[in-house]
Amino acid sequence: MTTIHIEETPHLCAVLRLADTSLVLAHRLSEWCGHAPMLEEDLALANIALDLLGQARLLYQHAAELEGKGRTEDDFAYLRDAPQFRNYLIAELPRGDFAFTIVRQTLVSAFFHPFWQRAAGSRDATLAAIAAKAEKEVAYHLRHCGAWLVRLGDGTEESHRRTLAALDALWPYTGELFEVDAVGRAMIDAGVLPDPETIRPVFEATVDRLLREATLPKPPATWMHSGGLRGVHTEHLGHMLAVMQHLQRAYPGAVW
Amino acid sequence: MYTQALNEAVERPRVVEDPEKLAAFQARIDAEEKIEPNDWMPEAYRRTLIRQISQHAHSEVVGMLPEGNWLTRAPSLKRKAALLAKIQDEGGHGLYLYAAAETLGVSREELYEQLLAGKAKYSSIFNYPTLTWADIGCIGWLVDGAAIMNQIPLCRTSYGPYARAMIRICKEESFHQRQGYEIMLTLCRGTPEQKAMAQDALNRWWWPALMMFGPPDSESVHTEQSMRWKIKRFTNDELRQKFVDATVPQAHYLGLTIPDPELRYDEATGHWRYGKIDWEEFKRVIAGFGPCNRERLEAKRKAHEEGRWVREAALAYAAKQRARAMAQKIAAE
Repeated sequence: MTTIHIEETPHLCAVLRLADTSLVLAHRLSEWCGHAPMLEEDLALANIALDLLGQARLLYQHAAELEGKGRTEDDFAYLRDAPQFRNYLIAELPRGDFAFTIVRQTLVSAFFHPFWQRAAGSRDATLAAIAAKAEKEVAYHLRHCGAWLVRLGDGTEESHRRTLAALDALWPYTGELFEVDAVGRAMIDAGVLPDPETIRPVFEATVDRLLREATLPKPPATWMHSGGLRGVHTEHLGHMLAVMQHLQRAYPGAVW
Repeated sequence: MYTQALNEAVERPRVVEDPEKLAAFQARIDAEEKIEPNDWMPEAYRRTLIRQISQHAHSEVVGMLPEGNWLTRAPSLKRKAALLAKIQDEGGHGLYLYAAAETLGVSREELYEQLLAGKAKYSSIFNYPTLTWADIGCIGWLVDGAAIMNQIPLCRTSYGPYARAMIRICKEESFHQRQGYEIMLTLCRGTPEQKAMAQDALNRWWWPALMMFGPPDSESVHTEQSMRWKIKRFTNDELRQKFVDATVPQAHYLGLTIPDPELRYDEATGHWRYGKIDWEEFKRVIAGFGPCNRERLEAKRKAHEEGRWVREAALAYAAKQRARAMAQKIAAE
């Protein structure tokens, strides 16, 4: 099937941003399956990936309803090209080492836990229901990954060094989480999504506490990456989609 | 996923068992009592179980790799979620089985080192490559199907922890088997290209699946002893026949051809008679010369090596925490 064209209303765009972020992050986590440092983490990372994949599916189904053109969750996932993906850049970065994955998942969860908590009061009833489910899941992700962040930061010299390097690499991608463009503003004003500024203090407090426990310094204020929300991605997303969408692209219209 | 009757000889135990204890042990087995970790057991029984359970555990964790090969390419979100959940189940089975083996006085680390060193065996089936999406269907349908045939009797095996682990594992495997068959059904009802993909996968997986039951009874090294101890309840050939009888009609329903020109239905016995299995291939793959033996072990070694610093960090942190708790306690006193 050829690439589909989506007429994005602000509401649809906002839902796709969340859906794409969950899917892309689930995909990256799933790359660990069978290759984690210990069997327990094979299971745990797969579990987190499954939660995120479940969130993505619900969000795509909601997007399909909002669009009202009879599309399916798979159309959104498999038949859009990279510039049409709306995920935060932090989600698409390659999995890196275990420290990179843990730091990323901790930062993202530290943002999304309060985000979903607030979104559970959304005027969009479907989104509110998805948020209520996601909030419980992300609370666990934060607990699990936060505990690892502390272990790695306060573990050995090597683990400290690796975790610090991951934090330095990932921190410049956290600014995008708080970006509010015209779509974001419209959704905040309509009571569909929370204002990220209300999330910032909770995010900061969580990160500060974990970094302190992990004996890691807080990264200094720095230039922040941006672009994912408007489809300007890193070089990595195209490769990820080429793999992910391979069968749907090679056998157009086939049912799997 | 699965244990395989590899049937290599167990070293003779150095200890000479007390005949009275041995007789009492056999009486318990004969009375269908479960043997528990703290019960007396002959050394050879212990060793046979450690070997079998650990091979089974290794098979589960190595088996995560060929299926994991399609995680990033699963053709729909539903399939991606189901596959991820399935592989996660396999990892869980591995964990469960290592824990069962540990009740026999061997550590998981020791067993895992044996796997990585290439000294331990795992099911030969995972040394075959997954080349198309249909292979994921075939693994569920045939490999998990064969696993179930072999493992249902293990739910009644004489060693308690192993039997209990198998009950749970079998439930999940049967779910996997149905999922795999459903993938095959979808492909066979799909486009001609998809149907060809399904046939090609069956062609490649059929014979390796039959080999999963281990060498023929005529070449079995210690089936007899395992049967007497009720570790095993059916012979390799009996289980293989059950599998063939169950699977051939399923293939026909899919409209697929079993790649065995000698396959025929025996009216007199009600069994499907199959052609000659290439045991040379089986021995070769077990000996390390299958298409993916090297890759599978390399992948596991790489993950283990790359994860070393993580495990060290976790231990170092735990030690620090203990020291801190101790210091606090002393300060409080």
